[in-house]
Amino acid sequence: MSHSVALRKQGDHQPDDGSSATKLSRLKIGIPSEDADKKNANKRVKDVEICVPIVYGTIAFYLGRKASESQSHKWTVYVRGASNEDLGAVIKRVVFQLHPSFNNPRRAVDSPPFELSECGWGEFEIAITLFFHNDVCDKPLDLYHHLKLYPEDESGPQSTKKPVVVESYNEIVFPDPYEAFLARVRNHPAVIVPRLPASVNLPSPVPVESVNEKGRADTKDHHLSQWFMNFSEADELLKLAAARQEVQAHIVKLRRQLSLMEGSTPMSKPASGYDL
Amino acid sequence: MDAKDILGLPKTSLPIQEKKSRPQKDSQRKPDGISREVYALTGGLAPLMPAIDSSQLKKRPPSDEKITWQWLPFANSARKDNLQLYHWVRVVNGLPPTGDYSFAKYNKSVDIIKYTDEEYEKYLTNPMWTKEETDQLFDLCERFDLRFIVIADRFPSSRTVEELKDRYYSVSRTLLIARAQSSGDVAMHPLVKEPYNVSQEVERKRALSMYLSQTKQQERKDQEVLAEAKRITESRMPAKVAEESEAAAASNAGAEERAVSGDPPSSVQLPSTVVPSTTADNAATLASLRMLRVYLRTYALEQMVQAASSSAGLRTIKRVEQTLQELGVNLKPRVPTKAVCAEHLELRKEILTLLNLQKQLQYKEAEGRDGSYTETPGTPKDRTFIPDSMSFGGERIGKRDQKRKAPGRISEAPSSPAQSKRPRKLKASDL
Repeated sequence: MSHSVALRKQGDHQPDDGSSATKLSRLKIGIPSEDADKKNANKRVKDVEICVPIVYGTIAFYLGRKASESQSHKWTVYVRGASNEDLGAVIKRVVFQLHPSFNNPRRAVDSPPFELSECGWGEFEIAITLFFHNDVCDKPLDLYHHLKLYPEDESGPQSTKKPVVVESYNEIVFPDPYEAFLARVRNHPAVIVPRLPASVNLPSPVPVESVNEKGRADTKDHHLSQWFMNFSEADELLKLAAARQEVQAHIVKLRRQLSLMEGSTPMSKPASGYDL
Repeated sequence: MDAKDILGLPKTSLPIQEKKSRPQKDSQRKPDGISREVYALTGGLAPLMPAIDSSQLKKRPPSDEKITWQWLPFANSARKDNLQLYHWVRVVNGLPPTGDYSFAKYNKSVDIIKYTDEEYEKYLTNPMWTKEETDQLFDLCERFDLRFIVIADRFPSSRTVEELKDRYYSVSRTLLIARAQSSGDVAMHPLVKEPYNVSQEVERKRALSMYLSQTKQQERKDQEVLAEAKRITESRMPAKVAEESEAAAASNAGAEERAVSGDPPSSVQLPSTVVPSTTADNAATLASLRMLRVYLRTYALEQMVQAASSSAGLRTIKRVEQTLQELGVNLKPRVPTKAVCAEHLELRKEILTLLNLQKQLQYKEAEGRDGSYTETPGTPKDRTFIPDSMSFGGERIGKRDQKRKAPGRISEAPSSPAQSKRPRKLKASDL
C-alpha cells in the first residue's frame, strides 16, 4: 500500500535546469547509494590482502548391499578450511547446484560446516557458490567440482569401506579488504593476514551474526575427517626450487656459450633483444 | 547389485552423465484414452502431472441426478441497493444452489484510516490544507481505492498527485503513531518505516519522463559518455601503477620486487631492457585482480602466467609446458599457496628465458655456418639469414643455401641459367 521510495540519490541534489546537471541527474538515477552512516565501514585497507585457504571436494561411499539402481552411492560435497578451522567467520552461505535430476537442485547451506550429503548413481559437475558476509565482500565466488563415484582401478567389486575422495586446495584472496573485516579476522585461525604496516588504524571488531545450528562449526573432528587429504606446500616448493636451479644452471651455460660465440666470429650481428 | 557384481566381473559401463535415458523410454508408448494426434500435440512427452485423467475425457454419461436449468432471481451481498437481478441457475433434483453470489467475494476494498474531528484538531491541522479538502481527499481515496491518478482528476481544487499522496500518507502516518500504544508497535509498519518524500518523488518522476522522452541522439550521446568515463577510469588505474613501477625499474633491477607485491626477490638477473615490460604487465594484471574484490589464487596465477607469456607464440607456450613436465613440475600447482604460485610463475619466466637463449644460440650457429659461404665482400648478408619462423619463402631460401656446397655467389634461381650461359662458345649465328 505505501509507495516507499526505492531510489535514493547520492548526497544532496539541488534540482538544476542546466543541461549538464540534467544529464548528470539522468545518469545518477537508478544507482542506490550507500548510507552516509555506513561510510566508515566501507573504508578499505590498501596494499593488504587477506587470504583464506580452503579445501573443497567430494567423498563418495558405495552402498554395497543397500544399493539400488537409482541410488548406488552416498556422497558428500563440502567446503572446509584447509586447516579444518571454522569458515563461518568469512563465508555466510554456500550454495551447491546439483544435477537437475535431483529434487530442488539448488541447495543452500547457511551455517558451517558447509556440506551436503546425497544419494545417487551418476557423476556430474557440482557448481559451488560461496557467499560472504556483508562486511567481507558483496560478490559471490564460484567453484566447480566434478563428483567422482567410481575408483580409478576397476579391478574387482567396489568396497563399501573405502570411499572415493577427490579434494582440491585453493585460496580465496581479498585484496584491499574492508577495515571492519580485517579488524574482525586478523587473529582468526582460518584466515591468513600479513603483518600490517604500523600506519594502519583499525576500528574495534564487531562480531558478525552467525547461525550455529549444527554444533561444531570447524571440521577438526568431522566424521569424515579421516579421509581428508593433506596439502602441504613444502613438497611443491622443494620441487619448484630444484627445477628453478636446474633451469638457472642451463641459462648460465647458454649465456657463456653465446658470449664465446660473440667473441670468435668477427662478422657477428649485434645481439637483437628478443622480448620475453 | 547386478549379475556382473555377482560374477565378480569388472564394470564396463561406467559413469553415465545424466538421467536422460529414463524419460526417453516413456515417450515411445502412447497412452490410452486420447488419440495419437492429440497426444503428439503435447510434444510426445506425457505431462508430469496429468492435467486431465484420460479416463474422464471419453465418458460423460448423465449420472443419476436430474438436472434442469432455471431462470431465477439472486441476491448479491456486494451490492448495497438491493437490486434484484435474474440469471440461469443449474438446479439439481429440484433444489436450487445455496450460498452467496459467487463473485461477491471479489468486491475488495482498501482499509482507509478514518479520523474523528477531535483527532483532526489535535494532530492533523496543516496550513496548506483545510479540513474540508482533507475530508474530500479521504472520501475520494475510499471511493477510488487509493488510485491517486483518478483521485487527482476528480479532486475539486487542482492539486498534483504528489501533493495528494503526501497529505494522505502523512495524515495516515500521524494517526498510526498517535493511536499506537507505544512507538515500538508501529515501528515496523511500512508507513512509519519509510515515509513518503514529496520532493524526491517529484524529482524522480521528472527524471523518468525526461529519460523516456530523450531523443535517439541524446541516448547515443549518453552511452558514449558512459563508455568514455569507464575507459578513462580503467586505463587510469593500471597506467598509474605501471608508470610508478616503470620509473622505479629504470633505476635498478630491484624494482621487480616491488611490482610483484612483496614476493621473495628473484635471483635471476634479467636483462634490464626486459624488466619494464614485464613489470608493466604484472602491474596491469594486479590492478585488474584488485578490481575483482575477491578471487581465487589459481585464477590469479592463470592471469599472471598469461600476462608473462603474452608476447610468446603458441608453440613457445607448448614448449614451456613440455619443459615443466620434463622437470617433474605440475602444470597447475597442486597446493597453490601464495609462495608456491610465486615460485611457479618465476619458474615459467625462467624457462621462457632459457628457450629464448636456446633460440638465439641456434640462430647464431646458423649464422656462423652461412657466414663461411659468403666471404666475398659486398655480398648482401641480409638475404642469406632469414629466421625460419617468419616467412615460408624465407625457409625455402634457407634450405637452398644449405644444399650449395661450392663457394660462390648466392644468387636466386633466374640468374643461375644466365651464369651457365657464359662459357658457351661463340656460335657462328652470333656474328
